Amino acid sequence: MSLAIEVHGLRFRYGNGPWVLDIPELTLERGTRAFLFGPSGSGKTTLLGVLAGVLKAQEGEVKLLGRDLTSLSGAQRDAFRAEHIGYVFQMFNLIPYLSVLDNIALPARMNAARRARLDGAGVKETAALLADHLHIGDLLKKRVTELSVGQQQRVAACRALIGAPEIIVADEPTSSLDFDRREVFLELLFAECELAGATLVFVSHDRTLESMFSRTISLPDINRTAL
Amino acid sequence: MLSLDLALKSLRNRAFSTSLTVGSIALSVALLIGVENVRVGMRESFSNTISQTDLIVGAKGGTIQLLLYSVFGMGSPTNNLSWDTYREWAEHPAIEWTIPYGLGDSHRGFRVIGTNEEFYRRYRYRGGQEIALAEGRAGSEVFDVTLGADVAAELGYGLGDQVAVTHGIGEVGFLNHDQMPFAVVGILDKTFTPVDRAVYVTLEGIEAIHFGWEDGAPPMPGEEQTRDDVLAMEEIEITQVTSFFVGATNRRDVLRLQREINDYEGEPMMAVIPGLALNEMWQGIGYAETGLRLVTIFVVLVGLLGMLVSLYTSLNERRREMAILRAVGAGPKRIVALLVLESVCLSAAGAIAGLALVYALLSAGQPIVEAQVGLFIPIRPPGSIELLFLAAVVTAGFLMGFVPALKAYRTALHDGLAVRV
Repeated sequence: MSLAIEVHGLRFRYGNGPWVLDIPELTLERGTRAFLFGPSGSGKTTLLGVLAGVLKAQEGEVKLLGRDLTSLSGAQRDAFRAEHIGYVFQMFNLIPYLSVLDNIALPARMNAARRARLDGAGVKETAALLADHLHIGDLLKKRVTELSVGQQQRVAACRALIGAPEIIVADEPTSSLDFDRREVFLELLFAECELAGATLVFVSHDRTLESMFSRTISLPDINRTAL
Repeated sequence: MLSLDLALKSLRNRAFSTSLTVGSIALSVALLIGVENVRVGMRESFSNTISQTDLIVGAKGGTIQLLLYSVFGMGSPTNNLSWDTYREWAEHPAIEWTIPYGLGDSHRGFRVIGTNEEFYRRYRYRGGQEIALAEGRAGSEVFDVTLGADVAAELGYGLGDQVAVTHGIGEVGFLNHDQMPFAVVGILDKTFTPVDRAVYVTLEGIEAIHFGWEDGAPPMPGEEQTRDDVLAMEEIEITQVTSFFVGATNRRDVLRLQREINDYEGEPMMAVIPGLALNEMWQGIGYAETGLRLVTIFVVLVGLLGMLVSLYTSLNERRREMAILRAVGAGPKRIVALLVLESVCLSAAGAIAGLALVYALLSAGQPIVEAQVGLFIPIRPPGSIELLFLAAVVTAGFLMGFVPALKAYRTALHDGLAVRV
């Protein structure tokens, strides 16, 4: 099985500050549901930034789907992210001036490749379908400010999933939800990832969810700077 | 397209600050274009103070001075021309008509102009409009007086009222020709030119009130002549005029005629072409114009700076939004484009609203301005100047948009996906 993520000798720091990441090795096979665990300040968000191509590692290789991000320019990394990565933030995921539908549709409108993967269906139809799958089909016309936190996170998940990106990165998306809702949210997310064959990188500091994933990675264990 | 859609939705989301910004730009643009319109109106009404007169002739002196006292009723004439000289020129074959002016007296601050029936027949202003009488008839007898519209309105005179003429042109003359009161026989229609602020009598009337004043001082007691004395005269001999307006038989002869008059040896005199002299005068006033325009340009800059401040201060609240856009694949260039587009949209909306405001104000205010200050501001479709201003405002908005945009660009690069709110 081919690799979704392949990291070798990654070192990253902000400006001339201390090294934040020093990861000799990290590989994830395609279709993995990975649980990336680490306490606050262990560099989780920074690692996600590097994997998403927003931050550029100073040393090492960061291969996603076989492409080495460190060899790409900023614009190329932006384009790569737009095409291949769906991202879910911890909270405040949505653009306040767009409707639920427009928020979900945003990546497809921004990137032609994501649009092309809709299999001939329209952006709106696909967004509506995803919303139905995540049980928020009745919210499409709403303003995002009218949604509950749980609803917002589902909208964010739909947005990450639209146009079937190969990798979904979720940065503690459930930390603002209560336990029951976390499980429901995760199950829905898993189902969609499976449907699309996407690799999920799920970051959390809360190990209670760990058992639901197919693989657990402890960041302090792989990141040599954390200690 | 996506960026434009985002920009518009983002602006709509901040409707209050957006409308404030658009409003302030609109006001400043309206001021800029409004001032331009008023300026054009002023210039036109100025150069249309007198029309169809080919030459103005007076004693030798300053061009502008001649224009001032003959057309605008300002300043004092230096010298008079003799009646014989005037007659000689009036009969010149190249001259079709003349309007003689005898100046130097006033009535309660308004200039008294001695002229003849040619004035009512030939005088033209603002694109060839004629002098018309609102009431009564044109003065033709020695003690007839016809009032300009403002004079009648301000002094509350009606037909039949008696008017005493003051020697000299001060507000309160101390030497009154009050042994010879005139009677109002006519009131002119409003022209919104200096004609409205003048009192018209006949040249004979001017002569009559100056009987015994030949040496410039009032006649000795006992030597004054009364109204009845004058009326008893068979004929009053006119001795001088101050200036006269000339209509040439053929306009092509005007320059030659001007030279001929300037070279006249009988008496020192000069002729000016009103259009040229008015232009020359306007150039002098033009400094104020430039200053005014400069001020309005600064007002527009202030309006745009308001926009800059409002966009710039909104950026901090929008860091999260920028991070989301980055996460879904927007490059920093798109962030820049988004903010520049917002600023272009704001300034374009402001410019268009400002233009609309000007036309609304003009159509509402035009009659009022005309009635109150006599300034006719023409309403016409936006011309190249207006379009140039609008383009300049939008361009300035575009350039200013880069200030918040580059700030957002740097923030977006620095923040990445981690937003420290």
